[in-house]
Amino acid sequence: MTRTLSQPQPSSIPLFTADFWQETFALTRRWFIQLQRRPTTLLVGIIQPLLWLILFGALFQNAPAGIFGAGQNYTQFLGAGVIVFTAFGGALNAGVPVIFDREFGFLNRLLVAPLTSRFSIVLASSLFIVSLALVQTMVIIGADYALGAGIPNGSGLAVVVLIVGLLVLGFTALSLGLAFAMPGHQQLLALIFLVNLPLIFSSTALAPLSFMPSWLRWVASLNPLTFAIEPIRHLYRNSDWSFTDVVLQAPWGDLTLAGSLGLLAGFVVVSVILVQNVLRKGLA
Amino acid sequence: MSDTPAISVQQLQKRYGSTVAVADVSFQVQPGQIYGVLGPNGAGKTTTLHCICTLLRPDAGQVEVCGIPVQENPKAVREKLGFVAQEVALDKVLTGRELLQLQADIYHMPRPLAQERITAVLQLLDLTDRADERTGTYSGGLRKRLDLAAGLLHQPQVLVLDEPTVGLDIQSRLVIWDFLRQLKAMGITVLLSSHYLEEIDLLADRVAIIDRGTVIAEGTPEELKARVGGERITVKLQEFAPKELAERGAQLLQSLPFVQKVLINSAQGNALNLVVQRNGEDPLNAIRSHLQAHGLEVFSSSQSRPSLDDVYLAATGQTLLDAELAAAEANLGKKKK
Repeated sequence: MTRTLSQPQPSSIPLFTADFWQETFALTRRWFIQLQRRPTTLLVGIIQPLLWLILFGALFQNAPAGIFGAGQNYTQFLGAGVIVFTAFGGALNAGVPVIFDREFGFLNRLLVAPLTSRFSIVLASSLFIVSLALVQTMVIIGADYALGAGIPNGSGLAVVVLIVGLLVLGFTALSLGLAFAMPGHQQLLALIFLVNLPLIFSSTALAPLSFMPSWLRWVASLNPLTFAIEPIRHLYRNSDWSFTDVVLQAPWGDLTLAGSLGLLAGFVVVSVILVQNVLRKGLA
Repeated sequence: MSDTPAISVQQLQKRYGSTVAVADVSFQVQPGQIYGVLGPNGAGKTTTLHCICTLLRPDAGQVEVCGIPVQENPKAVREKLGFVAQEVALDKVLTGRELLQLQADIYHMPRPLAQERITAVLQLLDLTDRADERTGTYSGGLRKRLDLAAGLLHQPQVLVLDEPTVGLDIQSRLVIWDFLRQLKAMGITVLLSSHYLEEIDLLADRVAIIDRGTVIAEGTPEELKARVGGERITVKLQEFAPKELAERGAQLLQSLPFVQKVLINSAQGNALNLVVQRNGEDPLNAIRSHLQAHGLEVFSSSQSRPSLDDVYLAATGQTLLDAELAAAEANLGKKKK
């Protein structure tokens, strides 16, 4: 009696039940315990963006006034960029501890358990990385304020938190997807290294679109980092902002604040769908 | 319930690319048994276990745990099953208790129940004193015990252990053997893989011997040994006999009427492994005088009843140790390339 087994049913959409949250919070707690007992990660994660802010800010200190936009000095211009690429860096590396869990067999412990949904593994990492990024964001905003760059108003800060959250969620999902799809940590680390700086340099993190040749303008205006940087920069510049304000004049048209939030949300949806597919395929 | 096997594997197949890891494995484990899967490294033991534990998807065949098909309903299987992998994977930053708490949460245990069970498994495996230290400070044996505690925490009906004593010191092995007997007393079905013959012989109610992805023998250890039959005699002509000498000795002994089989065992310095059918007189005397008559001296000899290794030898033509050595050499060759 030989019979080939039918393909397993695609797992249903995560049910946000008490069981789901129990497993998700337990997995999240593990990352926080690790952070608490290895505080170096957090310290480095805070010192590094501050160094960026101070050193890079000083680099262009004598650039002609107004070159980075009306009434802006470079420190002010740079603040939004540092917030975004710091959060981005953390999210991009989210897959690293997970791929080590895979290699050391810790992941098997989770995979033989009757998890409500394996999406809890992804959500746990995302919750951790988002919280870490928000702490970093607050520190950067504080430091930037001390350096004389001003600060977005209260509702503006709330939007900054939303933007950082969406961006981190999207890249964390992608990184975790890679952690399940890549053969090993060397390949994952190489890929992260390959992607990290080019994505930053091909965004508006360090220089405005107007500085770029037209092909790079196209690249930068399609880069998800830009969708996060420009609205934050706009919130820094304008205390009387509204969601219909144009935050970026891209070669393909004007992008409003609401538009960039929409694009970021779309980016998250696409990333989560991708990682769900990998989870379904890669993990039996 | 007792009619349903705790584990049923039928004609399991699993390939990795072009490599066939499991070609044809079938066996059934009855509830409450300790069932051993014995075979050299690379025989397909781990792959078989991973298919049972829902970690791998079989290419063909049917696997059921407590009557539940693994492929159709992996989540229900995971509820019933505990798995302790060969490599102990702990988070070295967590304490033992924190790891068990995590384990309790991914099995959705309510807090008070989790506390109760954690206290119980810590006691059962004698871990209470070290429970609040980070697992990074644990010795190998201690790590294994914590891993076993974690596998047992949700009180699975079936516990699957992949090479539970590999790389452990004698004392830790004894502790784990004792623990496995306790599990049996608790009525838990245990499936354990091993390449240690004595471990399976000592613990298992039944055993499947696997070689190159195929079950080559299945039954109780006693049945298997009885089936091979005869008495074993090992004769060494020298401490390390040259091959020609061993071959000549083998040829001579083959002609004796009570000798059923002679094999040259290269892993034992070309010792001669004999299977003999005793008929009254001491076969060893006859062997010694027959060899002396042809100018060969016996350096040493030993007599024994058949072991599981003889079962393996009879089925594959090589001893388990030889198979291990061959597998290790093949591995080394692969790495050199």
